[in-house]
Amino acid sequence: MIPANFQYTRAGSVDEAIGMLKQHGDAAKLLAGGHSLIPAMKLRLNQPGVLIDIGSISELRYIRKEGNHIAIGGGATHDDIANSDAFGGGLEMYPQAAGLIGDTQVRNKGTIGGSLAHADPAADWPAVVIASNATIVVKGPGGERQIAATDFFTGFYETALAEDEILTQIRVPLPAARTKSAYAKFMQPASRFAIVGCAAMITSSGGTCSNASVAMTGVGDAAYKASKVENALKGKSLDSGTIQSAAAHAADGAMVMSDHFASEEYRTHLASVFAGRAISAAV
Amino acid sequence: MIRCKTSKEIGGMGHSLKRKEDARFLAGKGNYVDDIKLPGMLYMDIVRSPYAYAKIKNIDASEALKIPGVVAVVTGKDLEKYNLHWMPTLMSDTQMVLPTDTVMYQAQEVAAVIATDRYTARDGKEAVRVDYEPMKPIIDPYKSLDADAPVLRTDKEGKTDNHIWHWEAGDKEKTDKLFAEAEVVVKEQMHIPRIHVSSIETCGCVADYHKVDNHLTMYMTTQAPHAIRTVIALVAGHVGLTEEKVRVISPDIGGGFGGKVPVYPGYVIAIAVSFLTGKPVKWIEDRSENLQADSFARDYHITAEMAGTKDGKILGTRFKILADHGYTDASANPSKFPTGLFSIGTGSYDYDTSFMEADAVYTNKPPGGVAYRCSFRVTEAVHAIERITDRFALEIGKDPAQLRMENFIKKEDFPWKSPTGWEYDSGDYHAGLKLAMDTIGYDELRKEQAEKRAKGELMGIGISTFTEIVGAGPSKDFDILGIKMFDSAEIRVHPTGKAIARFGTKSQGQGHETTYAQIIAEELGIPAENIQVEEGDTDTAPYGLGTYASRSTPTAGAAAAVAARKLRDKARKIAAYLLEVSEDDLEWEPGKFSVKGAPEKSKTIQEIVFAAYTNHPQGMEAGFEATHYYDPPNLTFPSGAYICVVDIDNETAEIKVRRFVAIDDCGNIINPMIVQGQVHGGLTQGLAPAMYEELIYDEEGNILNGTFMDYLVPTAVESPSWETGHTVTPSPHHPIGAKGVGESPTVGAPPAIANAIVDALSHLGVTHMEIPITPFKVWKVLKEKGVVE
Repeated sequence: MIPANFQYTRAGSVDEAIGMLKQHGDAAKLLAGGHSLIPAMKLRLNQPGVLIDIGSISELRYIRKEGNHIAIGGGATHDDIANSDAFGGGLEMYPQAAGLIGDTQVRNKGTIGGSLAHADPAADWPAVVIASNATIVVKGPGGERQIAATDFFTGFYETALAEDEILTQIRVPLPAARTKSAYAKFMQPASRFAIVGCAAMITSSGGTCSNASVAMTGVGDAAYKASKVENALKGKSLDSGTIQSAAAHAADGAMVMSDHFASEEYRTHLASVFAGRAISAAV
Repeated sequence: MIRCKTSKEIGGMGHSLKRKEDARFLAGKGNYVDDIKLPGMLYMDIVRSPYAYAKIKNIDASEALKIPGVVAVVTGKDLEKYNLHWMPTLMSDTQMVLPTDTVMYQAQEVAAVIATDRYTARDGKEAVRVDYEPMKPIIDPYKSLDADAPVLRTDKEGKTDNHIWHWEAGDKEKTDKLFAEAEVVVKEQMHIPRIHVSSIETCGCVADYHKVDNHLTMYMTTQAPHAIRTVIALVAGHVGLTEEKVRVISPDIGGGFGGKVPVYPGYVIAIAVSFLTGKPVKWIEDRSENLQADSFARDYHITAEMAGTKDGKILGTRFKILADHGYTDASANPSKFPTGLFSIGTGSYDYDTSFMEADAVYTNKPPGGVAYRCSFRVTEAVHAIERITDRFALEIGKDPAQLRMENFIKKEDFPWKSPTGWEYDSGDYHAGLKLAMDTIGYDELRKEQAEKRAKGELMGIGISTFTEIVGAGPSKDFDILGIKMFDSAEIRVHPTGKAIARFGTKSQGQGHETTYAQIIAEELGIPAENIQVEEGDTDTAPYGLGTYASRSTPTAGAAAAVAARKLRDKARKIAAYLLEVSEDDLEWEPGKFSVKGAPEKSKTIQEIVFAAYTNHPQGMEAGFEATHYYDPPNLTFPSGAYICVVDIDNETAEIKVRRFVAIDDCGNIINPMIVQGQVHGGLTQGLAPAMYEELIYDEEGNILNGTFMDYLVPTAVESPSWETGHTVTPSPHHPIGAKGVGESPTVGAPPAIANAIVDALSHLGVTHMEIPITPFKVWKVLKEKGVVE
């Protein structure tokens, strides 16, 4: 459990970190909370030559309302989000999902930016940012870019983030009135990652669904937007029959994973069950 | 109710004294092997095989040796020069220390890198290039017995198959006849999965050989320091390390659970390197090495059968076992039976016919078979008998609690001779189960279950009423390499009336520093807080066989009581001399002798001890010391009645243990709080294989869950709120009437949980489920039975 030799540097600001990334190129890796990176390094699955510690950059650690969105700094910890009161009015799934991540130690150190950039296919945040139509703000030598959450996750541990960029902010639009959200997950018992996780955000009017945004994680090689589920809800009366038949499409089109915790068939079944539970809780 | 004979100040048996050792543990001041740092110490790391079965074509250490700080890379060929490349296992099998040509399981030791610091050693390990030629491994133990299966242990001359041993107990002919004629026969195939002790402290050592005086001090994480010293002398005597030149020190241990009884190759390599370099060598395993390579536990495939009458009388049992020992039989089992004490598997029930047989095989998996918090295969036996008893109840449609009550051995029938030859010392099984049923509200739960079933909800109630067998053991049945399984205590009382007591056992969290002091306090009246307990140094402690299999209280605890009684006899003589009366005129109460009829004339134990050094009677040996080696006349037979309630989500198949009541009977209790702590820990380790733990291998012999990211060791997070209680049925042959308790909950919990889950599904036609019972397995059943789509 001893990593390969590496150099350690600490960045005091985002710009300094970008400069360091440019300087060290391929050899460099950003260290935020470290709860995915350090175990991988200890197993020598990951052997960066230089670690750039961005964990103490205070300008990355915040949660605040800015106009018509909530801005979450990439350095906000899971625990910051779990205990924040910024997520009323339809974004309840943020603190809810945060509270279901790992254990206390992980939540105290791990950051939302680190989790999104790492893009573990079973992580919780990807589903939440997709379902809430968030924008991922990244910064590199050429300045700032905004990437829609739906475009951010490009594959197994792969994102749209370039090697010299830092994920600085998650911008979550304030939902319409009469919107509720929920996150439900079935945990892998040891890692507490999602075997399946569903984030659902439902806007309703008089019992009818006017808008639905549903995303799944843990099911396939990356988190995805469950469009078929959404379409089966929109404009319908939100009774349990509708929800159940919509949720049945939760794994449609996904390359469903199979392991000794859950076969493809069981995972598909769980995807429907947990989609149904998240949607019901968001109604 | 526990009645104490001593005052709280004396703190003898029955007092919930806070653990003396906890102050240093809670303050982070424990002294573990990895805390030991010696001048000039070298560090060792081990290159391990990525393959389950492969020829080693070449080991190239040149790149590793170029790294500054890498001192040496040791291979099997290097050890072969000193004939140290093989070692015996505790089961008289053989095991490679380092291979010269073939690796037999994934994570096997291939070479050792020695460096001036731990980090460099790890880098050196990465740089060693090993060229393998992989071969097709045998992973399935049943396939290992196929006629055309390749012979794995080609190192054994004349070996023509993969069979290790065959074992039988009971009466085959009588049993087969009974089963052929019985009204009801039930049968289930069950696997007790391969699991790992996963102690929080991994294994490790510091081998410190001094050339000048030809002396080895071995600091190591061992549960049995004296036995290890003897083993080292037997293995390394030919290079001059005879037993008086070896000192084994086992400092504080962060959990053992049976996994720290065996000798692992790393220890031997460290000794060899220290011997050759003259420098201390430290080796500490990392977490994954510990999980993947150190001795596993369990891995028994059992065909269990029960015969009985339609109205519920149990008449007989039959068990057939296939034991998968992996590459070598590296069990840590000191009995003369290769299946340990599996023959306790006739259970708590009054019948006279049973037959058991077992065969063991080699496969390309890590070696082992350690007794994980278990008296040598008792966990496997109890699972088989308690599961098949429930299966019998289900078959004839009788409530499983009622069936047990009707078949229990009666309190007045003890000592009771079992069909496989054990003499159960004492028990009151009816009282235990009744208390468990009253505590949990059994009848109401059955009503609730019926109502829930009518609504399609899944709820189950599971019972386990087990008999344990602990305290190895009587010298007729138990030895390690010929050394009998006694244990020892030495008590030295200082002139001021305070004492030091030393033992051949070794605590790994059991609280010996407190409980042994309480036993001596009970017998001598010296306050427990004034008794210092020491273990783990072979230079100072009397010879003993160590701590495992719940044997410390039954053996060393008994030795402490008997040694203290020897001192009390001496105290009586001194008191008679001091008070100028005859010994018969004296009366003992904890802490003092007084003259019968004249209680004002008395001498305290402290006054008596002082006199032993300052004013002892002429002709009497001065001082106040005693030693005793206790060879138990029989084992002790603790028992328990456990009831578990589970709820199963009929959509997701998630299983929730709603309640768990554990009533234990471990005879007289030394420290109720420590017993409760033992039971809580043991129940959690029983929950583990029931619902979570199994080491899983693919067909190529790759471990699929070799880290804690995938292998869950349950903690308080997963545990229900354990509800504990006890009945007290003293052991009639033990000096203080105590029995062991450490492993009862680990042994008793898995079948209670499995029975509860099967009970929740039994109306669907489910008769058995293999542990660990995961949501995935339950879902498959729910799907097959049409409960989920």
